Amino acid sequence: MNRLILAIIGLALICPSIAHSQRLNARNGFIGFYSKTALEDIKAENNQVFAVIEPSTKKIAFSVLLKGFVFVKELMQEHFNENYVESDKYPKSTFSGSYTGDVDLSKDGVYKVMVKGDLNLHNATHPVETPATLTVKNGHLIGVAEFKARPEDYNISIPSLVRDKIDKEMTVKVNIDWAITK
Amino acid sequence: MSIKGTFFIILSFLAVGRLSAQDGSLLRSLNDSMDANKSRTHVTGTFKATHIINEQTIESPARNNLNFVIQHRFGELNSGSYNFFGLDNATLRLGLEYGITDDLEAGIGRSSYLKTFDGFLKYKLLKQTDGGGMPVSVSVLGTVTDYTQDMSDKPYLNTRYRTAYAAQLLIARKITRDLSLQVTPAFLHYNLVPTVADKNDVFAIGLGGRYKFTRRMSIDAEYDILPSNQVVSTAVHNSFSLGWDIETGGHVFQLVFSNSQSMVPTQYIAQTPGTWGKGDIYFGFNISRNFNLNKKR
Repeated sequence: MNRLILAIIGLALICPSIAHSQRLNARNGFIGFYSKTALEDIKAENNQVFAVIEPSTKKIAFSVLLKGFVFVKELMQEHFNENYVESDKYPKSTFSGSYTGDVDLSKDGVYKVMVKGDLNLHNATHPVETPATLTVKNGHLIGVAEFKARPEDYNISIPSLVRDKIDKEMTVKVNIDWAITK
Repeated sequence: MSIKGTFFIILSFLAVGRLSAQDGSLLRSLNDSMDANKSRTHVTGTFKATHIINEQTIESPARNNLNFVIQHRFGELNSGSYNFFGLDNATLRLGLEYGITDDLEAGIGRSSYLKTFDGFLKYKLLKQTDGGGMPVSVSVLGTVTDYTQDMSDKPYLNTRYRTAYAAQLLIARKITRDLSLQVTPAFLHYNLVPTVADKNDVFAIGLGGRYKFTRRMSIDAEYDILPSNQVVSTAVHNSFSLGWDIETGGHVFQLVFSNSQSMVPTQYIAQTPGTWGKGDIYFGFNISRNFNLNKKR
């Protein structure tokens, strides 16, 4: 009996570390957002996205520093940080959620999944649900998704004078490359 | 309590501990590793415009960006109803400022006041960083000015005599997200001064700042102190200016009040005859428009 209890305790202690070892981390993920109107094209890209995926629990999370978004126009970048997302007050944007669908990391293949979770930006949280593709290839897990986000959902106020220059819905593109660690 | 019972309790705690750790723990681990890898970033937006009012700020256009600056001053407020309190008269400076690199700027300007041309180079020496590291931003600015107004009573005034230089060190700190201050020691050199008592080399110090009261508006003030015994033969006063900045997209619009009519450093620092007390106040505005000359990618 005692041996059984010891075994259970042992398992309980080991299990979290197993789950932990199954987490894949990436530090150079990509997130870009794009807005296209007749007056202005806006393009901002960030290649320093921190991303973690836990295939055993199908949980996924992202975190990105807003100051790391690079715009084509430097003045836009300054206005983005100073006036819109207020990156000095709220430096990060995060996503935390889960995906549906089975992904077998041991076998190359393309898996269509649905990702669902909460996107936090500018101290506001809004639910996001989007189809995504997880590709297992040559020891890498590559996650790609594209979805729409509305600035107004994140308490980002845009003056009426420039409202026509910014799309009502931004296109957000995500591309993360995780190395599968054994 | 039996040993079995104790173990059961310990087990339950372990299980509960695991469950609660799972919720959002992915994000927490991400943020932890992000904080551990945090690198210092440069402070941006210390000032909205390249001028506090007359004094230049540490800001400069980004690489391959062109700023077109229109600085306009009406006449003196105390010039009476006949001159519609100054609104009948105006002086104007048109300027172009170009970012050769993100740190190096070249500019030219032409003022109607004494028909003055000016040219300058500004270089960002140091940049303030977030969370310690570098506490201030420092830029160095060199300006050459040359006035071309006809003065038939002084035929000896050639270009060399009309030329003056200003070397300024701009030291600024964004203290909070709203408040920025700048100290600007200036060294001026005049090739010709009116009398032997006047100094050819003049030292002055400028104090300036802005306070943002909304995300797109700020109040600015600037005070240029000229220590005495340098400009002797003419009565000159320290230059004091107040401004109100409004930023809209690529424009910065500034409404200003100043006792200086000129907008070039060799003139407003050491050649301001008017005072606020007597009502020698010039109302005007600065408009700055940014053009991005980078090819679309």
